[in-house]
Amino acid sequence: MARILAVSGNEAVAEALRQVNPDVCAAYPITPQTELMQRFASFVSDGIVDTELILVESEHSAMSTCIGASAGGGRVVTATSSQGLALMWEMLYIASGLRLPIVMPVVNRSLSAPINIHCDHSDAMGARDSGWIQLWSENAQEAYDNTLQAFRIAEHMDIRLPVIVCMDGFIIGHSIQRIEYLEDEEVKKFVGEFKPLNPLLDIDNPKSYGPLILPDLYHEYKRAQHEVMTKVKDIVLDVAEEFEKIGGRRYGLFEAYRLDDAETALVILNSAAGTSKDVIDEFRERGIMAGLLKPRLFRPFPYEEVANALKHLKAICVLDRADSFGGYGPLFMEVSSALYQVRERPRMINKIYGLGGRDYLPQHAEQVLSELVEIAKTDKVEIIKEYIGVRE
Amino acid sequence: MKTKGWRELMQGAVILEAGNAVEFKTGSWRAFRPVWIEENCIQCLFCWLYCPDMAIKVKDGKRAEYNYDYCKGCGICALECPGKKGQKAIVMVEESR
Repeated sequence: MARILAVSGNEAVAEALRQVNPDVCAAYPITPQTELMQRFASFVSDGIVDTELILVESEHSAMSTCIGASAGGGRVVTATSSQGLALMWEMLYIASGLRLPIVMPVVNRSLSAPINIHCDHSDAMGARDSGWIQLWSENAQEAYDNTLQAFRIAEHMDIRLPVIVCMDGFIIGHSIQRIEYLEDEEVKKFVGEFKPLNPLLDIDNPKSYGPLILPDLYHEYKRAQHEVMTKVKDIVLDVAEEFEKIGGRRYGLFEAYRLDDAETALVILNSAAGTSKDVIDEFRERGIMAGLLKPRLFRPFPYEEVANALKHLKAICVLDRADSFGGYGPLFMEVSSALYQVRERPRMINKIYGLGGRDYLPQHAEQVLSELVEIAKTDKVEIIKEYIGVRE
Repeated sequence: MKTKGWRELMQGAVILEAGNAVEFKTGSWRAFRPVWIEENCIQCLFCWLYCPDMAIKVKDGKRAEYNYDYCKGCGICALECPGKKGQKAIVMVEESR
């Protein structure tokens, strides 16, 4: 029996961590992740979980501690946002290079300067190339479900890679939403007992982590790391199928919303997808064939599947809540790469929206969808990349 | 030893056998070779103590020949060697000679 409650996204993810009861958590507070870890710290101090909570002096130390604990042979979590994730940067690559299955919710927030505590996706997009798997979540329910599934994906014996679970700071992290929790016993059974692989604390079999690898083998290690990423999407789907049996909610590599018979579509991550879907419903009522694709697995990016889902469209707009200054938005680059490989492909535009917590409103989706209708009609793109919701 | 292909590597570059540095021979890095002159040796074993690797062999508590597999030619042994009556027991000789 599911428990139905009204909680914030941070609270929902903290509850997932309570149910998983990891061995070690090393964390440092940062807005908007603070509430998540504060709630989890309460579980620790109330003796509700057995987790060893290590309070550290920075996120660099948090990730370093997680790496040590994970190599030691424990089930390890942390959580962060924004500058915190940026400060972890060099350690992120070490966690993935050492193939350590750490799970890290990231409550998305913009990056300085200028300093800003509100939502955009610059933090997680900065970790795009770090070798971490990334799952993105539209709402608290998805963040909760993705967090539980992240343990199964990370710890899968064919994978053993760290996983980031993204949700929008404040918009989801601090907003109260309806959520269905699984029972503790169901979660315990679903995530299963943690199976260590080559743990340092197995002192009868001493081993070394982190040797120097010179030009004679480094290239090969990176090739092997690429290979394991190619196996991730199948396992993400397997885990999602198993999750559906207990949670009743279906997950894939992405959500395709009214896409099959659509002529135009938006591609958009996280909470703004919810707003967009409402607007798409309105356009449909007016007889305009609009749809939406919301990526869930962003790393590894499922290029073929995304291309197949979008190739029949006339025009699409990829909306990015992060910019690559002097380049296109990061999601646009992925979708462009995916579609370049098919001969007949839609016209594409890129809109940058919602930086630093700027609201994404239904009128923004309407504006973009109307532009797509025009592009579909004329087959002409005037401006490829443009900011929306910006004051002139 | 045949260099491994990417499919044969231990994931995460974890080393499962302890103490395998002995398999990593570093003698080919050497530009200068230390040469031991036994008649000038006072058996102080400073060379054995100061060697940053395992290039000085000791047998029955006495200085023995070099193990050149691990000698990078750093010259610390030659520098530290007190010798006998002003004559060094270790001298560095250019490897190409």
